Amino acid sequence: MRVFFALLCSLAFISSALAHDYKVGQIHVDHPWTKATPAGARVAGGYMKITNQGDQVEKLLSAQTDISERTEIHEMAVVNGQMTMREVAGGLVIKPGETLELKPGSFHMMFMGLKKNPAEGESFKGKLVFEKAGALEVEYKGEAMGQKPQGHHH
Amino acid sequence: MNFLRLMRYALWGIILLISLGVGLSVLGLLPQRDGQSVQSTSVPFATPFTLTSHDNTPFSSESLKGAPYALFFGFTNCPDVCPTTLFDMSERLKALGPEGAKLKVLFISVDPERDTPEFLKRYLSSFDPRIIGLTGSPEAIKAVAKNYRAYFEKVPTNDGKDYTMNHTALVFLLDSKGQFVGTIDYKEAPEVAHKKLVNLLKR
Repeated sequence: MRVFFALLCSLAFISSALAHDYKVGQIHVDHPWTKATPAGARVAGGYMKITNQGDQVEKLLSAQTDISERTEIHEMAVVNGQMTMREVAGGLVIKPGETLELKPGSFHMMFMGLKKNPAEGESFKGKLVFEKAGALEVEYKGEAMGQKPQGHHH
Repeated sequence: MNFLRLMRYALWGIILLISLGVGLSVLGLLPQRDGQSVQSTSVPFATPFTLTSHDNTPFSSESLKGAPYALFFGFTNCPDVCPTTLFDMSERLKALGPEGAKLKVLFISVDPERDTPEFLKRYLSSFDPRIIGLTGSPEAIKAVAKNYRAYFEKVPTNDGKDYTMNHTALVFLLDSKGQFVGTIDYKEAPEVAHKKLVNLLKR
């Protein structure tokens, strides 16, 4: 029984260490991550899940990171083989109760003017600014270049 | 009277034939929307082109003669689709093994202003060394893209200080006779993409 309890404790510790999530006000941000870039790349994408646990519409107004000169919030789509990308104007809206996933091929952070290229296994700091909840410091984890978002079930 | 009636029938007949002819030729000339179902003809799909490779040497489409090839358009200031496609193509080349040796893979920049041969060379060092990066004058790139019915467009960012590109994210597959065989979609399942390349190598 004692062994079982110890196991349970260590499991809880491991999963909390892996969970990698953040909270400010009614906003919950899960697992900010990025992909390792090709050599010399000047841009990279940032991804995460944002949940609005409140009952009011929230907006992600801006973002910044330690590794990029600028960070924009973009929307991308590939429809009929055409890739289109545009900057989200006026902030990214997260409705009450909604979980918005920023992921490859969809909404994402665009890190521009990279001062350092993200690499697999390396992390860097960033900041998100929400309209109501305010600022939130997060850490982005560098994943492999071929990483697919489906691999992130917690 | 009979003569006039005959004339009328003859005229209607001519009009019918003309409209039928026009209709058919219009249908024939319409761009194919579904890349997979394009019928191969005896004429090579693309007209010849010369661009600059990432080794800063001229690259002529003549060098593609006799080899099947995969070609796609992109740019290096692209956060996701282009590195992913380059990564996926590298994985596919690996999966093909020695069989894939004769397959040529071309990455054509739609942002030649920023994608110099030197920059492409560094960028592509992260991928399979068989992938050839191509750049050139905006006019030359435009002509090649048009040839493949590929689209690209500059999109300024909101602050107007920078730009990104919208572009066709398909990998075009051409056989050893230069004929269009099909495409690989950005979200193609790995096993489907592999099968398409295996089939391409047999042609």
